[in-house]
Amino acid sequence: MELVFYIAGAVAVISTGLMLTRLNVVHALLYLIVSLLGVAVVFYVLGAPFVAALEVIIYAGAIMVLFVFVVMMLNLGAHEVQMEKQWLTPGIWIGPVLLASILIIEVFCLMRGTAPDLSTDASGPKQVGVALFGHYLIGVELASMLLLAGLVGAYHLGAHETRKPEIQHDTNTDERRTAASGNLVLAGTDQSSRTS
Amino acid sequence: MFSLGLTSLLVRRNLIFVLMSLEVMLNAAGLAFVVAGSRWHQADGQVVFLFILAMAAAEVSVGLALVVQIYRRFRGLDVDKLSGMRG
Repeated sequence: MELVFYIAGAVAVISTGLMLTRLNVVHALLYLIVSLLGVAVVFYVLGAPFVAALEVIIYAGAIMVLFVFVVMMLNLGAHEVQMEKQWLTPGIWIGPVLLASILIIEVFCLMRGTAPDLSTDASGPKQVGVALFGHYLIGVELASMLLLAGLVGAYHLGAHETRKPEIQHDTNTDERRTAASGNLVLAGTDQSSRTS
Repeated sequence: MFSLGLTSLLVRRNLIFVLMSLEVMLNAAGLAFVVAGSRWHQADGQVVFLFILAMAAAEVSVGLALVVQIYRRFRGLDVDKLSGMRG
């Protein structure tokens, strides 16, 4: 159990260091996922399986999906296909796959052995739930308010800029069409008045 | 891990890397909480980790929306380019 803990911690630290030295964002994201999985294995070994599951689901699931979406949004260009070809060369996968396979071997060893006894421990999922919704209830409410504010803020920041140019573009083309008195060719060639 | 994230936050000049190192720092702080909670057999450490998780989710959603907005305005993710943003 001690050995598994130290190996998982070493995997997490090594993959974090590799993440910070990558020049490419997608490679860094791969190493970051491996780092989060290593931290999740550390949590499981420490006797906190609930937190380990949450770490995998929220961090490695939701937050990484957000990062990947933003990276893909920012790379909309002409050289996108070439860049993806360059990213997906098989040499890149060796490092994260190696570290992740170490973690998988550890998890299998843990499954074959005895599971950590949660009934006597004072920090099982049940105790966490009781403390969370009993003693820390105001914190739960504050966290829900924070998440709501984050949701509204992200929607506002993300949707504000996309809608304005479209409306502007439509009114511009309509104005130009009426100004050119129905001559669509003349309206299309007027590039100087377009603000984009 | 916290010091690794802090170093990267100071060194890197790409906004996505800055956000990722923020994630690493929050994760390291949560790890410290859980380790302390399991050391003294208290459930409080895991509760605080849940709060850190919720805060990280909210922070990263707002941060990535800001990144998209900055990329549209400035055509790039260089932090030094933004240093002229005054008033």
